[in-house]
Amino acid sequence: MKAILSRLKNGPVIVADGAMGTMLQAAGLPTGMSPEGWLLENPKPVRDVHQAYIEAGANMILSCTFGATRVRLEHGGLAERVSEINRRAVEIAREAAAGSAYVAGDIGPLGQLLAPLGRFTYEQAVEVFAEQARALAEAGVDVLYIETMSDLNEMRAAIQGARQAAPKASIFATFSFDRHGRTNMGVRPKQAAETLLSLRVDAFGANCGATLEMTEGAVAEIHEAAPHIPLIAKPNAGKPHMDIEQREVVYDATPEDMAEYARRFVALGARVIGGCCGSNPAHIAAIARAVT
Amino acid sequence: MSEILKQLQEVVIVGEADQAQELAAQALEADIAPLTVIEDALNPGMEIVGNRYECGDYFIPDLVMAAEAMKAAMRVLEPALTARQEQRHVLGTVVIGTVEGDIHEIGKSLVGTMLSAAGFQVHDLGVDVAPVEFVRQVQETEANVVGLSALLTTTMLNQEAVIEALEEAGLREQVKVIIGGAPTGPEWAQTIGADAYAENANEAVERVKELLGV
Repeated sequence: MKAILSRLKNGPVIVADGAMGTMLQAAGLPTGMSPEGWLLENPKPVRDVHQAYIEAGANMILSCTFGATRVRLEHGGLAERVSEINRRAVEIAREAAAGSAYVAGDIGPLGQLLAPLGRFTYEQAVEVFAEQARALAEAGVDVLYIETMSDLNEMRAAIQGARQAAPKASIFATFSFDRHGRTNMGVRPKQAAETLLSLRVDAFGANCGATLEMTEGAVAEIHEAAPHIPLIAKPNAGKPHMDIEQREVVYDATPEDMAEYARRFVALGARVIGGCCGSNPAHIAAIARAVT
Repeated sequence: MSEILKQLQEVVIVGEADQAQELAAQALEADIAPLTVIEDALNPGMEIVGNRYECGDYFIPDLVMAAEAMKAAMRVLEPALTARQEQRHVLGTVVIGTVEGDIHEIGKSLVGTMLSAAGFQVHDLGVDVAPVEFVRQVQETEANVVGLSALLTTTMLNQEAVIEALEEAGLREQVKVIIGGAPTGPEWAQTIGADAYAENANEAVERVKELLGV
């Protein structure tokens, strides 16, 4: 495989994977258990989800490490196992990829407000992100993938941490736009783009989001602000609603809906397209057919 | 309304805690009753903040800063209330927490902050709270509202577990239950027998007021 940056610039669109957590629930992840805590004893279901996405046509899979920072792991008493969990998750992803898909080291938000709104300082955040990024990079990911961010400062901290830990690693970064076209912290897509441009992130864009329309609007605004940057769109499969009889949450976008949006994202400069909450291999297969 | 109260309301709306504290002190020096300060400046200020959030002018940081400004003013007003043997009218007692197995904190804490600012007594149990802890806290505080947050499709089932535990403890009649969190919704509230659903912290305040008729 070519290095991911060369594929990003010159190759076909990169199809990314879809949701991990909901797939693991279906495979037996107990209620309230974090996927990161579970994977140490249960590598197979995690590997199976990765494989299902690759078979569906994904060229890039995200390691099961969204919540694998010290801050989040400590709730499950796993704060001292950050390095082990991140390494193991990458190992599992690499086994599934078997050289035929890129492995992105997934980094999610801390789930805490940073000072002055919360008690967590910027410097502490940098340190926590650096610890995770170091383990991911050492385990051999193709790119560090920071996602679902709402706060501009937390994004800066994550990027700074990633650079400290792995100065040469490629970085992808996405915000979640889910309130009136902005993030829930009020960040506008244009602001996000300007910040990520100035930080020389390799590819950036939007993931998660309230609706496909809102993510599309955000990607359009980011494209306008950063027309030469390869963009990322990894939206939820529409909006969640309750299936009362099944007593479960279902997302309303069909694979065809996701494929339609995937085409629109490509037209807006997206070079990496996948799914977030509520998406499954059928959605990713439809996206793959639409963009390749 | 006096100029001081107008200014106080304005600094709460823009979230200037130091100025809010200073203006609250000035209001007391000008012999304005502490309850008047709360009812004429702070409460309407927070209502405007809520409206701005609702229509997308304000976001989470604005809510947090405004609530901090209100708290700063209250730190000056509370001793004055105590000295006059008065107290702020308490709209109700709310026990809130994120349900067992779920560690999402930001939304739940914001709901607590906004409810406190609106005049509710709030007991925030934190995250990953077992049903039995909700039951115990309701018994101890004689709460009339329970707020349950869940951000995961798996843990939302534990909102139902809390409602069942309240029923078993014979407390369900005494409390209204309100739920929230990204995967939940009004249909889910209905399914599990909750009394209301709120999409965000501002809506939570509105719904809780409706539930208690205050």
